[in-house]
Amino acid sequence: MTVALFIPCYIDQFYPNVGIATLQLLEKLGCEIVFPPNQTCCGQPMANAGFEHLATNCNQLFLKNFSAYEYIVCPSGSCTLHIKDHLHVEGDNEKANQVRNRVYELTEFLTDVLQVEKLNARFPHRVGLHQSCHGQRGLHLSQMTELVAPPYSKPVQLLKMVQGLELADLNRKDECCGFGGTFCVTEEAVSVKMGKDRVADHLQQQVEFITGADMSCLMHLEGILRRGGQRVQVKHIAEILNASN
Amino acid sequence: MGTSTTTHASLSEQFNADEARVNWHDETLWWVRQKRDKAAWTLPEWEELRETASRIKHNTLSNLHQYLLSFEEKALANGCTVHWAANAAEHNEIVLNILRDQKIDQLVKSKSMLTEECHLNEYLAANGIDVTDTDLGERIVQLAKEAPSHIVLPCIHKKKEEIGELFHEHLGTPAGNADPLFLTRAARAHLREKFLTRRVAITGVNFAVAETGEFVVCTNEGNADMGAHLADVHIACMGIEKLIPERKHLGVFLRLLARSATGQPITTYSSHFVKPRPGQQLHIILVDNGRSTQLGREDFRNSLKCIRCGACMNTCPVYRRSGGHSYHTAIAGPIGSILAPNLDMKKYADLPFASTLCGSCSNVCPVKIDIHNQLYQWRQEITRAGYAPAGKAAAMKAMAMGLSKPGWYRLGGKIARRMMRAIPFLFNNRLNAWYKQREMPAPPKETFADWYRKNKNQSNQ
Repeated sequence: MTVALFIPCYIDQFYPNVGIATLQLLEKLGCEIVFPPNQTCCGQPMANAGFEHLATNCNQLFLKNFSAYEYIVCPSGSCTLHIKDHLHVEGDNEKANQVRNRVYELTEFLTDVLQVEKLNARFPHRVGLHQSCHGQRGLHLSQMTELVAPPYSKPVQLLKMVQGLELADLNRKDECCGFGGTFCVTEEAVSVKMGKDRVADHLQQQVEFITGADMSCLMHLEGILRRGGQRVQVKHIAEILNASN
Repeated sequence: MGTSTTTHASLSEQFNADEARVNWHDETLWWVRQKRDKAAWTLPEWEELRETASRIKHNTLSNLHQYLLSFEEKALANGCTVHWAANAAEHNEIVLNILRDQKIDQLVKSKSMLTEECHLNEYLAANGIDVTDTDLGERIVQLAKEAPSHIVLPCIHKKKEEIGELFHEHLGTPAGNADPLFLTRAARAHLREKFLTRRVAITGVNFAVAETGEFVVCTNEGNADMGAHLADVHIACMGIEKLIPERKHLGVFLRLLARSATGQPITTYSSHFVKPRPGQQLHIILVDNGRSTQLGREDFRNSLKCIRCGACMNTCPVYRRSGGHSYHTAIAGPIGSILAPNLDMKKYADLPFASTLCGSCSNVCPVKIDIHNQLYQWRQEITRAGYAPAGKAAAMKAMAMGLSKPGWYRLGGKIARRMMRAIPFLFNNRLNAWYKQREMPAPPKETFADWYRKNKNQSNQ
């Protein structure tokens, strides 16, 4: 199966290891990986800031880079959701529609398309899972605590396949971390307070690592952890699922 | 946005100066959210109820004209007087005229967010009318000369010690007494005197039934009933979206309202008002105040389904950590942020941005308003209308241009990362809002794309 890898811009620039782990993990599971070299950004930073109309060129570029592929996989729920919900290209909407239906967040691709049941991964640590809102409430990667509905979680399903990993229970299972794109700087006070409260919940559960399917949330939490002098680290879920014996 | 002292960002920054208080506010409202969850889980059909309520309101909004006419006809036949107000000013004037007809200069009022929206209290005060709010929480904020910070829990931002001080000052309770039961009893005695002596009572309306011309007012304190039953004149103020088609639909909404609001199975009092008792006048004021405009905005129409339960506020991680007053509008929180720009897009241009778009609000909403999607849509509207700050607009333009050209993106990224490594203080300073309370991510030498080129040496480049 050929998979086009969509690596969000901030992962490309700041967290290349997350991209590498994603690629290696998919290769291990038998996928052939293509990385369209001219990719930049999904356009979400502009759109969520109210400047959707400025994302036209970004959208066209995205289409150009990815429309040839049947499976597009991205290690970020937020960027995936943005493409799914907002990729529109005037004059090329059929193609855009196709791309919207062919883009997958990494964990849902693993559980739903590849239907992974076993992973050769080992990560002997106590880990807290941060449910990123766009992945959870937007892509339905996990059940949401607001709804009266049976529980499930694609990321947890995968983490349970990792040898030695001990998953911590949080007091607030799916509270937002406060990153929120430009919100993290335009509403700095509330953003940081939300992040501090999320971090405190994980610390209370004595985790060694905080993981999640969105590096942007983890980048925010990492910034707070490091400023607070904490030894707890963040790790994208791809890095844990790819952690070898 | 950001620099002005009246935006959500700056007001919530002030709120966050006292972190212990923020924790208390957050935990109090989270407790209400958990009560809501427990109540919802007692009904296996909860999600179906939400869907049903949403559809009933959809039908109502799609046929609002007919339902309003039907309601008016039935209400008139029941002996009520019906008034129509196009906006807040007309609404306030109608109230004042009724009072002047009766030669009355004091009244009691139970909770009505519509009268907050219309700033009725200020208007009546300017015209020499004394208004006593009879909902305990509203009375507390009225004594404190503040606005409610929450539509269901108006004084949720106040601690019991502060309420003790207020009561000591205004009601003469002993200094330092902050016992909730004692203070409630003092308020009860104080309000009882008002109920017995006021001849006009204003109430809000939770649901108005088009089929019968009756309306329902929900309270936990019975204060609406006490006011309306003792007064010679009852004035009920309602937004035109408060209608439901038939009485049987109350079975859906009353089950949802209190569970969503406070986790109670039903409000203590759900009082039906049909006609004035002999010798009494019953006035109903139907208020538009922007609702027709909102009905005409396709992306935002569903916001009119709101039954004012406040669940979106209790669940909102931003609201819990910024307080209701930071929204500088009568209805705070997520729902307020999609209603307010309809009234004044410029004044409330900051509110749709006071959210991370986490989507929890839409999930708790008993009438399934897609609140977070509407926040996103309002952002686009506000920006297109030119109300985005100039600096932000310029930054976004530059960003969009850089990200649409792969070469520029690669070069820009490389330069930025190199500068972050070589001259960190360029980024690590107080002009960088990220850095104020967070470390910057460590800039790697190599991007993922660099690594891929070196290690994968693929043929598709």
